Amino acid sequence: MLGRLSFADIPVDVPILVGTFAGVAVIGIAVLALITYYGKWGYLWKEWFTSVDHKRLAVMYIVLALVALARGFADAIMMRTQLALAYAGNPGYLPPHHYDQIFSAHGTIMIFFLAMAFMTGLFNLVVPLQIGARDVAFPFLNNLSFWMTAIAFILINVSLFIGEFSQCGWLAYPPLSETQFSPGVGVDYYIWAVQLSGVGTLLTGVNFFVTIVKMRAPGMTWMKVPVFTWTAFCACVLIMVAFPVLTVVLGMLGLDRYLGMHFFTNDGGGNQMLYLSLIWTWGHPEVYILILPAFGVFSEVVPTFSRKPLFGYATMVYATCAIMVLSFLVWLHHFFTMGAGADVNAFFGIATMIISIPTGVKLFNWLFTMYKGRVEFHATMYWAVGFMITFTIGGMTGVMMAIPAADFVLHNSLFLIAHFHNVIIGGVYFGYVCGMNYWFPKALGFKLNEAWGKAAFWFWFVGFYVAFMPLYVLGFDGMTRRLNHYDNPAWHPWLLIAEVGAVLVFCGIACQVIQLYVSIRDRNLPQNVDVTGDPWNARSLEWSTSSPPPIYNFAITPHVHDLDAFMHDKENGIDTRGAGGPYAPIHMPKNTAAGFMVGAFSLVLGFAAIWYIWWLAAIGLIGVFATVIIRSANQDVDYYIPAEEVARIENEHSRKLMVQAAE
Amino acid sequence: MAHDTTFHDAHSDHEHHAPPTVFGFWVYLMTDCIIFGTLFAVFATFRNQYAGGPTGKELFEISGLAMETALLLVSSITYGFGMIAAHKGAIRSVQLWLAITFLLGLGFVGLEINEFAHLIGEGAGPDRSAFLSAFFTLVSTHGLHVSCGLIWILTLVVQLSRVTEISERMMNKLTMLSLFWHFLDIVWICVFSFVYLGSMI
Repeated sequence: MLGRLSFADIPVDVPILVGTFAGVAVIGIAVLALITYYGKWGYLWKEWFTSVDHKRLAVMYIVLALVALARGFADAIMMRTQLALAYAGNPGYLPPHHYDQIFSAHGTIMIFFLAMAFMTGLFNLVVPLQIGARDVAFPFLNNLSFWMTAIAFILINVSLFIGEFSQCGWLAYPPLSETQFSPGVGVDYYIWAVQLSGVGTLLTGVNFFVTIVKMRAPGMTWMKVPVFTWTAFCACVLIMVAFPVLTVVLGMLGLDRYLGMHFFTNDGGGNQMLYLSLIWTWGHPEVYILILPAFGVFSEVVPTFSRKPLFGYATMVYATCAIMVLSFLVWLHHFFTMGAGADVNAFFGIATMIISIPTGVKLFNWLFTMYKGRVEFHATMYWAVGFMITFTIGGMTGVMMAIPAADFVLHNSLFLIAHFHNVIIGGVYFGYVCGMNYWFPKALGFKLNEAWGKAAFWFWFVGFYVAFMPLYVLGFDGMTRRLNHYDNPAWHPWLLIAEVGAVLVFCGIACQVIQLYVSIRDRNLPQNVDVTGDPWNARSLEWSTSSPPPIYNFAITPHVHDLDAFMHDKENGIDTRGAGGPYAPIHMPKNTAAGFMVGAFSLVLGFAAIWYIWWLAAIGLIGVFATVIIRSANQDVDYYIPAEEVARIENEHSRKLMVQAAE
Repeated sequence: MAHDTTFHDAHSDHEHHAPPTVFGFWVYLMTDCIIFGTLFAVFATFRNQYAGGPTGKELFEISGLAMETALLLVSSITYGFGMIAAHKGAIRSVQLWLAITFLLGLGFVGLEINEFAHLIGEGAGPDRSAFLSAFFTLVSTHGLHVSCGLIWILTLVVQLSRVTEISERMMNKLTMLSLFWHFLDIVWICVFSFVYLGSMI
């Protein structure tokens, strides 16, 4: 009846998990009670969960990403604390069985649910507005993508309290991840969570690709497309090419585990090297999927706060496209040590080094944008400059590891861990937080508190260096990754320093939480409200709308005359909004519960398949198909906003603008 | 010409951009193409990994395959006739051609299941060797796609019975299913050539 699920699978004997469960339960019940007390369930359901509005979905994605950050960081600081303690005979407080789950969950959650969700949130918030579109190409699929990501994150967290998570690292290399060595449910949780979120990511890639190709405002030729949208476009291409490969390779691992196939087993003709090759065929483009949009954020923020157009727009576009292509030619550098031979390794080593050239072009472009600009050190600029310094260091250690001979020494050491945190925290995370600070008023209509934002930056910046520079040293000293305990006295001081760094990063996250709290508390103060919709005197079209924008984004589709379309209009006295009309009725998609339902049934399917509860899995699968078919038959999927209503909303915004101008 | 007016109306409404549904689906199909491409690469990697088990030459029989191939190729033609009828706005005729396509596709899936059952009965199931794992995975991924296509055909036949004219949205659905169906035909030709003929030569 319940497959292989029994009460013995509830880890009541692990105090940390019981405590976590109690904490999650208390917070969860409190949140649910508050929503009920204020009677907000209907509001949440109608206005948010079923919304097909890209701006609402953006907010939900970023909330999801921040929750994932909390979970992923809790894992991180537990690992650092374990390694600060587990020295010279002290086993630490995390036994290997638990510790291995933590580092596997940390990587999986940070990449798939923090970084990917944050990135998709920024795509949703910015891309349609920046290209002058009313929504994405497929609003319903956009909602569905969100729910697939959200339920996958729920599934991965269920593994905390029911069963266990994978102990095979964030990429679940076989043969360790095969049934022979990992008979439990951990790897199955991993496979199902990543596969289900992959559905959402793939649909996002298709959706935004089509949106950018087909729905740009009149006049926005390719070389007038803002750089953030360009980077989103290239990231979508990478998603569409890379994620199907991930689907296949995890599917094959799943078939090995569920049907006893022999793709990656030790016997039956299986070949683990194929797994490595395929998973990195996805994995290397994946890191560029994450970093390109971060580059895009900086390319918007730096010109805005330097009061200058971006230096070298065309080279920025070409560099982005070059990175997009090159990212598919380097995957083998993740396994130089596997034995492909000197010639193959040399090719991939050189290809890897070549990627640093377009990346260097970008860095110089940002520097030259700031050069002789009127740089305003807003909180977003702190993240941007911190990124430039940190990412350059991370890039250089990457080029070091691209030398196959050096990689034979550094492979799977803490040097590698330091390197990729150097580029992912210093590049991706700094970039997305920068973007959140920059576009927050566009999403919600008020600015984020700057003082707390700067405090968060300094804690993160210093904390990052204190936490990860020791790891470079430890890598040179021969410490490998994923160690549970050690007895080398030379390592201990460095691991203590790294622990201090993790605490500093914790303070950084705390400052971000306080920043959000203070900003929401003070949202009505005159200096915080974004009345004009253009708080930074910025350059691209998203700032020509009100903050938050009306549901239809643009009452009149803007006409693009130049790169930096909105700045061009401001300088030439053109009213981008076309205030005063005449307005026409606007065709909009209706909200739908179908995305939520497909997500819920998929969660049931995933959970049931993990535990071999086949009747329940069948219900989940049939539910998914039934929902899609019912949705397909639904004729009532759109509506019109009457021209009078559009005029009322637009005139209200015009009146506010005039009051603001009069002050 | 009823359908012409329908199309004209859809384009002359207040939309600045008609939703590029068919283009989006085509892009999605290209990602599907990468799934199949990867599976073909996997099959190529494992083509000789018999692990002491049977080889393709010993297992595959050309007669059943020829029948499967014929059914699928003819089903593409019948779907094409369905699309011609759709452009004429002849709903009943579309339904008839879709039903014929459905039966041909069902025959294909039936033959494939029969072949699989036969192989598994001989002890040549997907758990026998890496070669057979790759073979079953590639071929059944195609078969699952065809099965989803069959559900889709049925859905559209039912939906068509409740309308009096083919709207733009319905035309989009028919066009997308058409792309899907022909795409699976192309994939099958690759399966037939590389997997079956390649193993038998």
